[in-house]
Amino acid sequence: MTDEQKRIIIAQRIAQELSDGDVVNLGIGLPTMVASYIPPGIEVIFQSENGFLGLGPAPAPGDEDPDVVNAGGQPVTILPGGACFDSALSFAIIRGGHVDVTVLGALEVDAWGNLASWMIPGKMVPGMGGAMDLVVGARKVIVGTSHTTKDGKPKLLRQCRLPLTAAREVDLVVTELGVFKVDHGSLVLLEKHPDYTVDQIRVVTEAPMEAAPELKDMVLPV
Amino acid sequence: MPKILSIPEAVAKVQSGNTVMIGGFMTCGAPVNLIAELARRGVHDLTLISNDTGVQGDGVGMLISADAVTKLIASHIGTNPETGRRMIDGRLSVELVPQGTLAERIRCGGAGLGGVLTPTGVGTIAAEGKQEFVIDGRAYLLETPLRADIALIKAWKADRRGNLVYRRSARNFNPVMAMAADLVIAEVEEIVDVGELDPDQIMTPGIFVDVLTRSVSTDD
Repeated sequence: MTDEQKRIIIAQRIAQELSDGDVVNLGIGLPTMVASYIPPGIEVIFQSENGFLGLGPAPAPGDEDPDVVNAGGQPVTILPGGACFDSALSFAIIRGGHVDVTVLGALEVDAWGNLASWMIPGKMVPGMGGAMDLVVGARKVIVGTSHTTKDGKPKLLRQCRLPLTAAREVDLVVTELGVFKVDHGSLVLLEKHPDYTVDQIRVVTEAPMEAAPELKDMVLPV
Repeated sequence: MPKILSIPEAVAKVQSGNTVMIGGFMTCGAPVNLIAELARRGVHDLTLISNDTGVQGDGVGMLISADAVTKLIASHIGTNPETGRRMIDGRLSVELVPQGTLAERIRCGGAGLGGVLTPTGVGTIAAEGKQEFVIDGRAYLLETPLRADIALIKAWKADRRGNLVYRRSARNFNPVMAMAADLVIAEVEEIVDVGELDPDQIMTPGIFVDVLTRSVSTDD
């Protein structure tokens, strides 16, 4: 699989987790792609941490408004019915449990639902931005990540080794190989890529992992 | 009534060694003309409180590149590699604060509160050195207020009483910062007469604003 194919599988599968009417916050990068795969008949409201609800797609070239950007600073649009507010209210929405689902990437995620996504000591310290608030405050936390690092090392670990974004908050982990529910020290494989066996997935997963009795194949993008 | 000053006159109020809050999310809603003038003036040893440090050479990034800042309190510095380099080689001391916590600490500073209890950061290095409280079975960190000598903020419209209206996502940290500094300087795109803004539209009441300055100078 190419990196792009992996990203599409992950984004498309996460989009299936959203329900009509959900307030959703998508992180920068892969999570942003989820917006392109919302199933027909489902309408969700995207929240942008920098201060609005009703986040829409990128504007046509030439239509950019410097006052309308997403959390990555890129030009976006605000859909009809959107609402703007300041950072304190934005994070009251986030921390106060008013966001139904947040989707984030990961450097590491573990079998206890711990997430490390914001720094590699001595190498990369960009800051946590809004991630710590989102992971603590959202009702459901979904991590979307490639199953392994670029060097093929597991990212789904027994215990995170990097500094945490939040402790024990992750509910679901979606990779190109499967969908995992976090269950007190174990990752339960709910769905798997049809071309891989459970044992093949286990080899690249450091976290204790068990196949759900009702294990299904992931429906892949056509 | 706030004074209406030119950008250079307004920026002259900032002294080396001051603690300065600057509104904006990257360059969106940042008072970029005030920042550019401040970077040009050559102040130093500022403590800067802002969400991020913009990008290299733009927004708050201009102050980082100009060597004006020795201490920074921010939630994210990843969009400006210059900030990371200065942090690693020790020229800049950086306190990273979760974005929602940063907003609440500034709000506390302006709202007369002694702090706020937040679940954000519990069980992470953001909890180091902080008091933890358990309330109804949930753990919270005590986060203390932030205030500044001067806040530089950006709004869309002001009236001559300093009442402010922001536009779209350019609001971000500006309203909380307007409440949390001894002197508040607002860069605005337009200044209208008293009475032209509907009281229900006003997002920051003018009593918080000491100085108004226009992004682009026009004849007064």
